[in-house]
Amino acid sequence: MSAITDERRPDDASVPDDATPPGGRQGRDALRQMGSPHRARNVKDVIARVVMWFCFFLAMIPLVWILWTVISKGAHLLGSMEWWTGNQRNINSDDAGGGARHAIEGTLQMVGMTALIAVPIGIFTAVYLVEYGRGKLARAISFTVDILSGVPSIVAALFIYAVWVTTFGLSRSGFAAALALVLLMIPVVVRSTEEMLKLVPNELREAAYALGVPKWVTVVKVVLRTAFSGIITGVLLGIARVMGETAPLLILAPYTKNFQRDLFNGNFPTLPMMINQDRGDFALATAAERMWAAALTLIILVLLLNIIGRVIAYFGSVKK
Amino acid sequence: MAKRIDVTDLNVYYGSFKAVEGVSMTVEPRSVTAFIGPSGCGKSTFLRTLNRMHEVIPGGRVEGKVMLDDQDLYAPSMDPVTVRRTIGMVFQRPNPFPTMSIYDNVAAGLRLNGVKNKKTLDGIVESSLKGANLWTEVKDRLNKPGAGLSGGQQQRLCIARAIAVQPQVLLMDEPCSALDPISTLAIEDLINELKSEFTIVIVTHNMQQAARVSDRTAFFNLKATGEPGRLIEIDDTTRIFNNPSEQSTEDYISGRFG
Repeated sequence: MSAITDERRPDDASVPDDATPPGGRQGRDALRQMGSPHRARNVKDVIARVVMWFCFFLAMIPLVWILWTVISKGAHLLGSMEWWTGNQRNINSDDAGGGARHAIEGTLQMVGMTALIAVPIGIFTAVYLVEYGRGKLARAISFTVDILSGVPSIVAALFIYAVWVTTFGLSRSGFAAALALVLLMIPVVVRSTEEMLKLVPNELREAAYALGVPKWVTVVKVVLRTAFSGIITGVLLGIARVMGETAPLLILAPYTKNFQRDLFNGNFPTLPMMINQDRGDFALATAAERMWAAALTLIILVLLLNIIGRVIAYFGSVKK
Repeated sequence: MAKRIDVTDLNVYYGSFKAVEGVSMTVEPRSVTAFIGPSGCGKSTFLRTLNRMHEVIPGGRVEGKVMLDDQDLYAPSMDPVTVRRTIGMVFQRPNPFPTMSIYDNVAAGLRLNGVKNKKTLDGIVESSLKGANLWTEVKDRLNKPGAGLSGGQQQRLCIARAIAVQPQVLLMDEPCSALDPISTLAIEDLINELKSEFTIVIVTHNMQQAARVSDRTAFFNLKATGEPGRLIEIDDTTRIFNNPSEQSTEDYISGRFG
């Protein structure tokens, strides 16, 4: 661009006055001046582009690094059938392999219970805040959700411990840990659902009201339906957030190497706790390998959930 | 089917702000009444009070009386949901439900109120789409999304959706302002046909449109920004446009202000 502008300058100067273009002399001068800001803008454009790509690669480094480490160190255990069917019973730290089925089932069961409790509460809260809430109560709830989203997981865990074990005298269990996870998941679901509901245009609510549709039917059949795919995405983000939480499990759900499908009694196996268990004997190659494999399994679980969620969201989304 | 609306001394407030003051008028059944006036004069606000849609906005309330034949729309026992089923509304921007097909959009008002019978729905969807002059254009793609239609078609879809619940009155809030002239013509023709069955009230910024489609015209104005809007006069459309009683109406019609 700049070369062209430079070449034209002497030409322009040599053009006699009576040959001024339709824009007149002023028009021609204005055109000539446009050259330099244009060039400056191009330079800025290139700089901004370089900075963005640089930042992108910077952000990718740890991600790729983690994935590479986990896959290279843990992948081959995942190839055995035993990993997906067995458990860790009678397998000592210096024994190789064993299964992760108990921990996979446990994690899914615990997260399922968490979602079962947290998703309705979260969605109802968001509906209240966006569709019904006015004034002080709504502001108070919104503020509480903000605080809740800033609560560290260990604090949530200790709170449940204080209520569940100290006050009610109940024993530690998978369910107690799920309750702590509920506290962590609710604010994620509320905030993301709230954003999605706010995106639903007011015209759609008015269209429904004008047809003589009661407000609650409008909320259920029009507003929630229109925001459906966004809400699913938010729920999955919430699940992904709690799936890897470890502090509540350390405090509330002691690990077991056996199959344990009862959420309410006794120790409970989960993937993060399995990783933690083998981390204790990290010096042994057998335990380290198991740890990486369990970590990879956890990543795969989160990924699978995300894919399932995207498929659901795709089929439920607004189509043109 | 069509009913008469009688409004007496109506004031409309949003919170403490008085948006419209002292409106009294009669809207005749089976006719088209147009509201004209400069922006902010309260004609849309007043229109929304006729089916209690203003209550959707926080702080919206009225003083005065609105009668639909012999029913008081603001009687304490009157359910606003019932009012809106009786008095339908079409909005400025076409707003079909984006998650629904053309068929589902037209059936929405009935379905969301519990009508499930497939035969009944089929019949009403067809007659409503025919009533909105859209049937021939969409009959082969009833299951396609309503949002995929053109703007003018979407607006006619919204009219079909509104008449599917068989209201007595149809309110239209600048229904053509987002449409091109051809689509506008289609809607105006439709209004002319619909008035044999419904009482129609239309807000418009386009005076030619008011002159073309309406039997009676009401002119709204406000003294200054921040003041409440008032009804200046309502009369036969020909009279309003040829020989209005008020000077300000004449000024507005002839383009001396606004």
